[in-house]
Amino acid sequence: MDFTFSDDQLSFRDALHAMLVGEVTTDRIRSRWDTDSGTDEALLQQIQAFGFGSMLVPESLDGLGLDLVDFVLLAEACGRAALPEPVVESAMVVTPLLVDVLDRGLGNGFVQEVLDGLIAGTTSVAVAHPINPCVNFAHRADWLLLEHGDELHLIHRDSTTLKSHKSVDPSRRLASVTFDPSSDTQIANGEAGAKLWRATLNRGALASAAQLLGLTQGIIDQCIQYSTDRHQFGRAIGVNQAVKHLMADVAVQLEYVKPVVYRAAYTAAVSPDRADFAVSHAKIAAARAAMLAARNSIQLHGAMGYTWECDLQIWVKRCWALAREWGDDGFHKNRMHEWLLRPNALLGPEFTFGRRSITDSVDVA
Amino acid sequence: MDLNYTEAQHAFRAEIREWLAVNVPRTPLASFDTKEGFAAHREWERTLAKGNWGMVTWPEVYGGRGCDLIEWLIFEEEYYRAGAPLRVNQNGIFLLGPTLMEYGTEEQKARFIPAMASGDEIWAQGWSEPNAGSDMAAIRCRADRDGDEFVINGQKIWSTRAVYADWVFGLFRTDPASERHRGLSKILVPLNAAGITVRPIAQLNGLPGFAEIFFDDVRVPAFNMLGGEGEGWNIAMATAGFERGLMLRSPARFQQAARRLVDLYRDRGNDILDPSIEDAVLRCYMDAEAYALSTYQTASKLTRGGSIGPEASCNKIFWSEMDILIHETAMKLLGARAEIEPETATEITELGSWLDGFMFAQSGPIYAGTNEIQRNIIAERMLGMPRK
Repeated sequence: MDFTFSDDQLSFRDALHAMLVGEVTTDRIRSRWDTDSGTDEALLQQIQAFGFGSMLVPESLDGLGLDLVDFVLLAEACGRAALPEPVVESAMVVTPLLVDVLDRGLGNGFVQEVLDGLIAGTTSVAVAHPINPCVNFAHRADWLLLEHGDELHLIHRDSTTLKSHKSVDPSRRLASVTFDPSSDTQIANGEAGAKLWRATLNRGALASAAQLLGLTQGIIDQCIQYSTDRHQFGRAIGVNQAVKHLMADVAVQLEYVKPVVYRAAYTAAVSPDRADFAVSHAKIAAARAAMLAARNSIQLHGAMGYTWECDLQIWVKRCWALAREWGDDGFHKNRMHEWLLRPNALLGPEFTFGRRSITDSVDVA
Repeated sequence: MDLNYTEAQHAFRAEIREWLAVNVPRTPLASFDTKEGFAAHREWERTLAKGNWGMVTWPEVYGGRGCDLIEWLIFEEEYYRAGAPLRVNQNGIFLLGPTLMEYGTEEQKARFIPAMASGDEIWAQGWSEPNAGSDMAAIRCRADRDGDEFVINGQKIWSTRAVYADWVFGLFRTDPASERHRGLSKILVPLNAAGITVRPIAQLNGLPGFAEIFFDDVRVPAFNMLGGEGEGWNIAMATAGFERGLMLRSPARFQQAARRLVDLYRDRGNDILDPSIEDAVLRCYMDAEAYALSTYQTASKLTRGGSIGPEASCNKIFWSEMDILIHETAMKLLGARAEIEPETATEITELGSWLDGFMFAQSGPIYAGTNEIQRNIIAERMLGMPRK
């Protein structure tokens, strides 16, 4: 039993954080808003240099062979920087889905080629899970992973129809996707397809939860700065207990979301078939903390918090969006509820990590 | 990261489970805030000590098992699972014990720890005074040095367990010219010493769970001072750290309560008319689990040589507010019957101990430093918000 990250994992996170602090400035985020692509291609190259393309690809497929526990801290760092590009989803959701397809001996001739392109950073892929009404950055994806019942299709973007939607978060680029499914594009179906979609939902919710952790921390960072700099009645506003407690409430919640998200990452890595409740818990708790952070931070900034000019909106609006993607509260609470009321659910203090291990933690049918 | 127990940890769990199954009293003991209940709980401490289960993290020489914190968590999980009695000596074993281990001399450890472990000496705590509550540095109770002794004069209040306990530890002003945090020392005082008057204070449930202690020229040997003269504040902060931090409220307590809440929710089934209750039950279960996961994280960090930081102040807010939500939700589930103090066997079966727990939960956000003070500490020391 060791619920800590290794020094390597932590220093990798710190290195990424340091790079993002330097490169993902609020000015550069705002300059993306005025472009059609919404992305900074030079930055994407820098991220690729960190190995994002191959990190969650097993060594047998020429990847780095890391797992979700290694990656969850990096996703958190991307959230803290409010990084607009969908690199977390690409590494944590899209890539593992393609790897799963190959692992099961499914797919068509294109899958390996597309995965190779992802590893090399030359191809971009987005996934359209039915739980999300839109796909973020679909227009810059070369390939799209699409759902048709339990079927999974891999289609070149040119063969789909995209309809753009404006997001409350100017950093996001949403589109709804329509396509004509055919046997040429189908790479999985039936029970295997359903299983792939379910695992994808869990990895998507985990990716959101991890970024929400980082976003919450990013909001705290700005509030500390503002409450120190801004003076009223001749002193910093952060001196007032009413202001302090707005942030203390967020900090308390955040402290108790972190281990929940890390446990979800561990469970999804070692026992993906049994990760539903751990992931749903993580998504519910991370969204709750982030929504409180968003609310309290606007209050703390006063009228400035309600302006377009204030950079706080970059983080706050991302929280609003991510809190609901990959399953909103209603979806995840229902999953938790169903699990909790199962007659054979393992409840109580002796089952924190399952009967004997996380791999048998959900039930023993 | 490896979230699996080792075979040795599984074996440890099996061992304590088996021992508890044989030894836990079949009928619940009376409250330790009654005379007979206190005696029964002392007896239980003696039973635990005989099995070397009194404080598993202590070295064997002091009656412990030299366990690490993960094993301590496993012990606690099994302890609450078995419904074993509350620890009447928690002030001693969870608060003073760790402080003695860190700051006590070998002679002091030998004098106090075995008797604490065996249940022969039960401890009360003496921090607050009538004018030193949240502002603990305003302590005025004096301990004047007179040769090899201290002479104590003044008053303590809200001293938990002081009515029936044998000893009290507390902070006293040893330098009469000092102010605030300076000039305080931590001193251990036998409650049967000449010059001590204990006046019980009835708590919300009517039982004398705490007391006022009056000191009138009470003489104790200088040997009873823990750490150096004038170092009391720092030592007290270390104790408060244990209290707010890891030991006082182990996660198993809340996981067990949340588990019972889920059972109550299932039993009430179709009778539940308030749709917000389902959400509250889920929240309670998730929060109890989050608290457990966080504690495993902290225990792992400490086992690897790390230390508890100011984030420990988050613990106390989290568990005390969770405890209130758990019990408020149970009260809602019981509806209008929630006000009944169970007396008959049927009532006890139907209503359980929820009302008692509900009342006790009200004290959580107050003791061990009010949650308002904790929020200030978090904002200033953990987040770095401005003090002035």
